[in-house]
Amino acid sequence: MNTRGLRSQLKDSVPVTGLCPQAGPYGVQDSLRRGFSSVKNELLPSHPLELSEKNFQLNQDKMNFNTLRNIQGLHAPLKLQMEYRAARQIQRLPFLPSSNLALDTLRGSDDTIGFEDILNDPVQSEMMGDPHIMTEYKLGVL
Amino acid sequence: RRIMATVSVCKYYPGGFSFDNCKRNALLEADISKLGFSSPAARKTGTTICGVVYKDGVVLGADTRATEGMIVADKNCSKIHYISPNIYCCGAGTAADTEMTTQIISSNLELHSLSTGRLPRVATANRMLKQMLFRYQGYIGAALVLGGVDCNGPHLYSIYPHGSTDKLPYVTMGSGSLAAMAVFEDRYRPNMEEEEAKRLVRDAIAAGIFNDLGSGSNIDLCVITKGKVDYLRPHDVANKKGVRTGSYRYKHGTTGVLTKTVTPLNLEVVEESVQTMDTS
Repeated sequence: MNTRGLRSQLKDSVPVTGLCPQAGPYGVQDSLRRGFSSVKNELLPSHPLELSEKNFQLNQDKMNFNTLRNIQGLHAPLKLQMEYRAARQIQRLPFLPSSNLALDTLRGSDDTIGFEDILNDPVQSEMMGDPHIMTEYKLGVL
Repeated sequence: RRIMATVSVCKYYPGGFSFDNCKRNALLEADISKLGFSSPAARKTGTTICGVVYKDGVVLGADTRATEGMIVADKNCSKIHYISPNIYCCGAGTAADTEMTTQIISSNLELHSLSTGRLPRVATANRMLKQMLFRYQGYIGAALVLGGVDCNGPHLYSIYPHGSTDKLPYVTMGSGSLAAMAVFEDRYRPNMEEEEAKRLVRDAIAAGIFNDLGSGSNIDLCVITKGKVDYLRPHDVANKKGVRTGSYRYKHGTTGVLTKTVTPLNLEVVEESVQTMDTS
């Protein structure tokens, strides 16, 4: 849905700094995957779609809330965002992925299928964070 | 207490496309010709696909060749994909992209029609496809011809990889689209009969097959009318593979036997052991 004045609403929704830190999982330069370390590597996206895909959900939500605000007034997006915040807090233990069922239902994405459900499904990811470190990070002790 | 080498906290990414290897691939692309290799070519369906609206519905047609660079990867691939019982979609471009895109849209349409309780409309499929293709800015190389019959009558759309669509009475896509369009422009008239429409589509695909290197093999047709779908695969085997005219098998007795000696080998059984098979 393209509404007038959309460009002005999108201008500050895409954070550019620190796009892709050169350190891999062990804190050292990961030459195989990220190439040689250079400032250009860190600032520029590796693919034209990388930025827009990273922020896609965010931008969609922003657009929808703005349209809702224009149509129904400020209370509508305010109430919805409150519900989103509550739904986002329903998680499992820090090192286990959550299905985000309540959040999906609110967003209406529980009856759509996209590439995010087929490719790189976090439920089937081969890596898991170390439970101790993840809990320490979550509790702020790390 | 001993602490291992640091593993940083694992953040969960939402899934979908991962751009991790893009930088590495860009580096490889730049240097690969110097090393004497060539990068792998994606399998494309350099293709002729077309569709036409006739009196009672829609006829979709496609050839059946899939290419990988200069090699024919599949001599009889199916390019007319199912979207819903009353909607089918032909796909040209990168084979994987068309396959996955049509499957995703088919699933979404099924969920949508379960939610509305109605037969899905062609315009809905069109809208879903164009929004998805625009989101990926043409990087998903899928050029589609979408046709079907819904409560508002027969509809035919052509959808380009960047997300633009056209709603027309006759459309062609793919590398053989110009050859097929020439046939359409010559012989199309509105409100044709079914047999005439099938002949027209068959001739258009045949023009693409014989005049374009990227298209070949057989002609598939799909006739969609209100309440009935005829999936004719193959409708016409335009390019039969040749039959071998001669046989290289030799008759018994061709080689004459000159001498025959028999040498018996005396083997004695030294040890006999039984090993049970592990069938767990």
